[in-house]
Amino acid sequence: MFSWLEQMAKWLVYDVLQLPPEDHLAKALDFFIYDSIKILLLLFTVVFFMGIINSYFPIDKVKNYLSRNKLYGAEFLMASLFGVVTPFCSCSSVPLFIGFVRGGIPLGVTFAFLVTSPLVNEVAIGLFVGLFGLKTTLVYVVSGILLGTISGLILQKLKLEKYLTPWVKEVLANAQKEQDLFVTEKQTFKQRLPIIWKEALKILKEVLPYVIIGIAIGGLMHGYIPSGFFEKYMAKDNLFAVPIATLLSVPMYSNASGILPVVQVLVDKGIPLGTAIAFMMGVVGLSLPEAMLLKKVMTMKLIGIFFGVVMLCIMVSGYLFNIIL
Amino acid sequence: MKHTVKILGTGCPKCQNLTKVVKEVIAENQLDVSVDKVEDIMDIMQYNVMLTPALVVDEKVVMKGRIPSKEEVLALFN
Repeated sequence: MFSWLEQMAKWLVYDVLQLPPEDHLAKALDFFIYDSIKILLLLFTVVFFMGIINSYFPIDKVKNYLSRNKLYGAEFLMASLFGVVTPFCSCSSVPLFIGFVRGGIPLGVTFAFLVTSPLVNEVAIGLFVGLFGLKTTLVYVVSGILLGTISGLILQKLKLEKYLTPWVKEVLANAQKEQDLFVTEKQTFKQRLPIIWKEALKILKEVLPYVIIGIAIGGLMHGYIPSGFFEKYMAKDNLFAVPIATLLSVPMYSNASGILPVVQVLVDKGIPLGTAIAFMMGVVGLSLPEAMLLKKVMTMKLIGIFFGVVMLCIMVSGYLFNIIL
Repeated sequence: MKHTVKILGTGCPKCQNLTKVVKEVIAENQLDVSVDKVEDIMDIMQYNVMLTPALVVDEKVVMKGRIPSKEEVLALFN
């Protein structure tokens, strides 16, 4: 599908710029040009289509749906799925949390949403398709959704309401199923399209620097690090690799756009995919800045339990990935 | 008529961006509008928004979770 692009990058580097084919820098440049254009094209496509879905399932509708319907356990999966289509910004996590609690949505269901939303979103999916191909993307998306669902279920079972901060408990006590009526925007598809298109372009522009820097670092590593380099240190049979990668990832914070191109090169050079994905999920999904924000609504103990459960689930999925893929 | 604008957001880059856009529109068109930044989460929750940044014009939430273009902001005041 992208062979034309590969040809173009090669032509640019070796014919136009006349760089010698054995040169490390030339190889890195070739990889950089091809990768960045391909990824940006795919990223835009995915962001655009997710924008269409999001336009029909805005967050208020999702909240009302979850609080109004009895779903017999399926609400955890639903919340997780909604997390995928809702664009996430970590500074929105607190208002989202309160909004859900106020709507009478169980804590575990809210957590399911909060876990999946940063993990599987339009930017992550777009980059994943570009870097790892369709099959791996599918596995990642499905496991991200399951990760949120299962974490939510576990957290619900632990009955954590008592660890909320006092003012949130008050909100919880006054939670109401009766919703402020949500005014649906009655726009035709034709009216929505230009707005979605513009939004997609804006998102692309926002993540562009991260992607470019990520791919540049990836490109350099690609050209300079010999294949199999990491295998010595992080081999598949090293049982501690997954937990270590997960633990390392939490203090680090980046969005999917910065970390994914680097992860791809790590995998290319011999780190098992499961270990790499565990690392990535930790970086994107759990972060210290997010913990600081959540302090407004949760006690430290609850944040600790929340992070602990999610980390455990990340490790399990890391091992599973290593076995399956 | 004088409008009051409130920008709801906990101080993330997106909220700062929104503030910038709104202030630029006001300055460029010499509008008689007061701008308030609401950063306290308890105050933000009074408006029932779940996505920040949100834009409140004359105590009505008109936009949430995204940054509007200058034209969109200008249209809100006319």
